[in-house]
Amino acid sequence: MLATSRTFEANARAGLANDNLQRALALMRSGFPERRRLAVERLPEFEALREIGKSIKDHTLEHLDFYLELFEENVLASGGRVHWARTPDEARAAVLEICRSVDARIVTKGKSMIAEEVGLNEFLEKNGITPVETDLGEYIIQLRHEPPSHLIAPAIHLMKEQVADTFRAEHRTLDPGRSLAEARQLCDEARAVLRPQFLAADVGITGANFLVAETGSSIIVTNEGNGDLTQTLPRVHIVMTSLEKLVPTFEDAATMLRLLARSATGQEFSAYTTVSTGPRRPGDLDGPEQYHVVLLDNGRSQLLGGEFQDMLRCIRCSACMNHCPVYAAVGGHAYGWVYSGPMGAVLTPSLLGVAEAGHLPNASTFCGRCEEVCPVKIPLPKMMRHWREREFTEKLNPPVYRAGLFLWAWVARRPAFYHALVELAGRALGWLGRGRGRFRMLPLASGWTAVRDMPAPEGRSFHSLWAARQKGGAAK
Amino acid sequence: MRVALFVTCLVDFFRPTIGFAAVKLLEDAGCTVEVPRAQTCCGQPAYNSGDRADAKAIASQVLDAFEGYDHVVAPSGSCAGMIRRHYPELFADEPAALPRAQRLAARSWELVSFLVDICGMQAVTARWDREVTYHDACSGLRELGVKIQPRRLLASVAGLRLRELPGAEVCCGFGGMFCVKYPDISDKMVSDKEAEIVATGAEAVLAGDLGCLLNIAGKLHRRGQRIEVRHVAEVLAGTTEDVPPIGAPR
Repeated sequence: MLATSRTFEANARAGLANDNLQRALALMRSGFPERRRLAVERLPEFEALREIGKSIKDHTLEHLDFYLELFEENVLASGGRVHWARTPDEARAAVLEICRSVDARIVTKGKSMIAEEVGLNEFLEKNGITPVETDLGEYIIQLRHEPPSHLIAPAIHLMKEQVADTFRAEHRTLDPGRSLAEARQLCDEARAVLRPQFLAADVGITGANFLVAETGSSIIVTNEGNGDLTQTLPRVHIVMTSLEKLVPTFEDAATMLRLLARSATGQEFSAYTTVSTGPRRPGDLDGPEQYHVVLLDNGRSQLLGGEFQDMLRCIRCSACMNHCPVYAAVGGHAYGWVYSGPMGAVLTPSLLGVAEAGHLPNASTFCGRCEEVCPVKIPLPKMMRHWREREFTEKLNPPVYRAGLFLWAWVARRPAFYHALVELAGRALGWLGRGRGRFRMLPLASGWTAVRDMPAPEGRSFHSLWAARQKGGAAK
Repeated sequence: MRVALFVTCLVDFFRPTIGFAAVKLLEDAGCTVEVPRAQTCCGQPAYNSGDRADAKAIASQVLDAFEGYDHVVAPSGSCAGMIRRHYPELFADEPAALPRAQRLAARSWELVSFLVDICGMQAVTARWDREVTYHDACSGLRELGVKIQPRRLLASVAGLRLRELPGAEVCCGFGGMFCVKYPDISDKMVSDKEAEIVATGAEAVLAGDLGCLLNIAGKLHRRGQRIEVRHVAEVLAGTTEDVPPIGAPR
């Protein structure tokens, strides 16, 4: 998909002005964090589990080459195939080739962020194949031709009335007089519409929450069961995933799953956890005839060994965005690409470049809530700061910002001059603001005073008052 | 104990009263307080702007200025967090300066947590007849674990009743340069904060970081709210009579 991260500021303003979005975000703010908090409280070893989760991922990343080869070996042994894709182009081509080999016309899809990352739907449509999203949220945004605004709740930016409008506009053969006032009715309608698609599909594409090296398995979690229908009913199952989803063993995957559901939705476990190992075996009652894993790199391997390696621990739980006050203010679309919130602010510049996505790591107060809730302890603010360092080193910040910073730093390194300047400015502003105690407008501070008053300084600086007091004390 | 006060650039410029309140509290706790003149800022604006070179230069100045004290105390979780958590990282690739940065980090504190955790202060003698609410500034809370310490001391202030703020741990939207780089987003965040503060029905809102307080006071005043905004140190030191609340007329 086309990225609009460059226009983050305008995107954010649009989000702030969108009443439906603001209502939806207000619901999210009160929902996810509270559910996670309760789930964590119920599990006394949650903190210890975070540390274990982190070390599992760290270990895997340290030995990624080994585990990737082991994974492929075991996929082959179970009768499946691994397609290595360095770029989105290669990933799309691999999927198309598989689809063409079985003459596929309809492809059902479970949720896959990697499919979003490579813009798979658009590509399949161009090539005469109809992709049908089967996750309710994904289905809704597919009908609306929108990108996901959240990792696990792609349509969280919408209110149910908007979804009802979309269903009425798109499901034209249904009774126009039907009621769609309740969420249940919306679910039932999507279910009824999607059911024949599951049966008609030639290929089913899912993502993967985890890949297990020791068995060559892929694991998905869903709460709707759509993933199971997507991967067991069609003749071909394609797993679209990326290389950092790997864990060494089933035991490790179990640990990660305990972290994932609690961090994501506050559940102890997702409603469905489905493991796929190879295609249908002789004697199996169901399952696909072919099992393919398209394994995308798209720059991830370049992060290994560098300052952003920790980002590859991410398990896409969405806890960081659920707790982010910036995300809660502007919504996911403002970030301008597939990934949003704090994890997007770190990952998007890694994948698209800091010139395209430089705003994202800047649009953070470093409040630290994301790192506090991250199940694998990714130091997200620190990595956003690393992106700012890259940006500064490559001179990508606005010149006036750089000049201001330079000037301020020059003065701050000269204490005597600094103190004199502070005293002068403080006295002047203190005198000007002595009546009201604050300013409604200040030159050079419009970013501040546009939306809030600027409290006036008391007048003399602390250091000058302290010096006077020391002198007075000495004189006594 | 010989304690050096890290005044912080915001307190130095906007509200020296907070600095003097900090001195009083430290002296009440039995510390000898000194204020090294060679200090300006902790370097955080440069550090968070990705300008490591300037951040290091300013941080080196802090290392020099605060050499030799038993403790360094700042009336700000943000600046104390910068020294305590980020200086060691800033100098991680400089073997000459790293041990000094680590030593300084280990003995640098946010004011209220220093009073409670290190000095063992249990109560203060101040009186303030107000219903107050309290905002947990992010850096103090998450980098330094400042949470119960201010509440413990506030509980000892005669006449003061604390009404907890529901979103006390959610950022107010200040974030240093953030509030001027992304004013629209910052506005939304501080507006939400303002609404929550008003909803508590408190007469005053307190916090331990002047950056947040300037932001919150600025928004409350812009909306015509008459809720007093003060640094927690002013209340604990009993110096609220000395100056009007932040942003209020003199």
